[in-house]
Amino acid sequence: MNELLVSAVQIFESTLRVSTPLLFAALGGLLSERSGVVNIALEGLMIAGGFGAASVALSTHSPWMGALGAILCGGVFAFFYGIFVIELKSDQIVAGTAFNMLATGVAPFLMKVLYDSSTSTPSLPLELRFQQGPIWGSWICLILVWAWLKFTPSGLWVRIAGEHPEALDSAGIRVKRVRWVSVILSGCLAGLGGASLSIFLASSFSRNMTAGRGFMALAAMIFGKWKPIPTAVACLLFGFFDALQIRLQGVVLWGGDPVPVQFIQILPYVVTVFVLAGLVGQSRAPRALGVPFQPK
Amino acid sequence: MRPIEKLSQFLRPMISVLIGLSLGLLVTKIAGEDPWNVLGILLRGAFGSKYDFGMTLFYTTPLIFTGLSVAFAFHSGLFNIGGEGQLAVGALAVAAVGMSFPNLPPWIAPCVGVLAAVVGGGIWGAIPGWLRARRGSHEVINTIMLNFIAAGLTSWVTLYLLRNPNSQNPETDSVGAHFLIRQFSFFEGAPVSMAFFLALFAAFVVWFVLWKTVLGFEIRAVGQSEAAARSAGIDAGKMRMLAMAISGGLAGLVGVGEVMGNAERFRVGFSPGYGFTGIAVALLARNRPFAIVASALLFGALHKGASDLDLETENVTRDLSLILQALVILCVSADGVWGALREQIKTLTKKQWQRKNLSDLGDEAKVEL
Repeated sequence: MNELLVSAVQIFESTLRVSTPLLFAALGGLLSERSGVVNIALEGLMIAGGFGAASVALSTHSPWMGALGAILCGGVFAFFYGIFVIELKSDQIVAGTAFNMLATGVAPFLMKVLYDSSTSTPSLPLELRFQQGPIWGSWICLILVWAWLKFTPSGLWVRIAGEHPEALDSAGIRVKRVRWVSVILSGCLAGLGGASLSIFLASSFSRNMTAGRGFMALAAMIFGKWKPIPTAVACLLFGFFDALQIRLQGVVLWGGDPVPVQFIQILPYVVTVFVLAGLVGQSRAPRALGVPFQPK
Repeated sequence: MRPIEKLSQFLRPMISVLIGLSLGLLVTKIAGEDPWNVLGILLRGAFGSKYDFGMTLFYTTPLIFTGLSVAFAFHSGLFNIGGEGQLAVGALAVAAVGMSFPNLPPWIAPCVGVLAAVVGGGIWGAIPGWLRARRGSHEVINTIMLNFIAAGLTSWVTLYLLRNPNSQNPETDSVGAHFLIRQFSFFEGAPVSMAFFLALFAAFVVWFVLWKTVLGFEIRAVGQSEAAARSAGIDAGKMRMLAMAISGGLAGLVGVGEVMGNAERFRVGFSPGYGFTGIAVALLARNRPFAIVASALLFGALHKGASDLDLETENVTRDLSLILQALVILCVSADGVWGALREQIKTLTKKQWQRKNLSDLGDEAKVEL
């Protein structure tokens, strides 16, 4: 019984830890999508942030500067994304896919130039990493995003930009500017998500480190119906699946076979498909999502 | 279409590709390499010898399939970014059939293999098609999710049901000898198989179906205007499901070249992102089947050429191919900039500016009526 309690506490703890990058990235995705810009590039933004965090922390010897580096890298990457999807009106899904590819290619390219290894950055000693900070940080960001969208005029603009951009435009607010702010903030948050992988959960940035977490964050956001609090709950749930899956790896339960963890791994995606299909609850995207805005 | 427009339709993607590639090559300057030298390595790596060219064709083959897959769905108005999952399911289906029925006669076996690839990928494509048509959920998210679900399921089936007991790698046992298709000795060992010709044939079939049959007409009608198609009595939902199933089947055919023409088995994670590059291939080719063959050759050559960078340069790795691909996609996707530029030039002349305003007013008046 005692043993069970111990593993329950362990799983709870690691749930909080592994859901941190998801929460950051999902909040980023949420900001961008509520303003009407699809953000499939979350995965790439996380890579940019994760790499930025590790290399800045290495060169400045400070995890805080590393976090700042992640915010900058994510923001700059999102700025370029914005140029294509907001100004040049590239298809948002095509551009998002391209930005994911770009980040996947650029990170090892720079690692090779800077550290002469295309697989990972040099490992970070303990004092250059965070112990618990990012967990708190992610929940503070959640409260900030929630309060911003709900209680402030500019938060209202973001929501209207995604639902009725024409209405916002006729009220004299520039839709493009609102989307620009949302997309760049989205990059900063997703960058922090990547940072919590490289300088919090692990001790270096390595190739394929994100392993689809950007897409899982996207799934969490959809599962959370594009709303901050439910999205956070979804992140916790997906984080729990992840923690469980790590805990059960190689554990033999019945019949002498190890537990097939693959089924737990795919659970987040399966429930997202079901939710989106309206088979379990309902999830509705912002009305103007994915439609570029052209002021008259 | 006026000839000048035709020419610009042809030239614009070319220019975009050139801009994208140049930007990508300039990036190598950061790494202290000479961009011309890198270009030389890329060209030699892709076309330098019979073997190199063979490897280029080997990478081109799956890209033709995934490019056709994306294009087929696109003509029905759907965005299939689930190629990665569909090709994994298709390839696993080939391996499963090839392992289970190793004694099929020599001429039947490859046909059964091709059928398995189409059915496997087709089922995986039909799921998001059904979800879109009957449940209204967006196919982009569903195909992304199904990519991950496919990755999990195929790895489970491989590890627990079809595992190769003699290998540490996550792969299935080998398929029956009759399932193996011929490799051409001309390419000096590069695994170019009949699958390449199957891909060319598939391009022809896709063109024929889309432009020469009623089914293709109906699919394209749904893609161009769902409302118009509906009022013409076309069942838009059914057409989309069908288009997604066919699209998935095309992606599944990647399994033919991989399992029957190369590895002789299904290996977990064998695809270096063929499904995603297929989007680039289709985009560059504007979803035209024959242009897709050429566009796939370009991306195949990039992939093969870049794989030599690891050895031949100090600081640039094969990852450059991803950067080049991404920049090409971005430049092609920002194609709207040409139209916008023309508009800008137009609006500079005051007369036309006024005329535009008048016609805008006219539009609004119509809306009010």
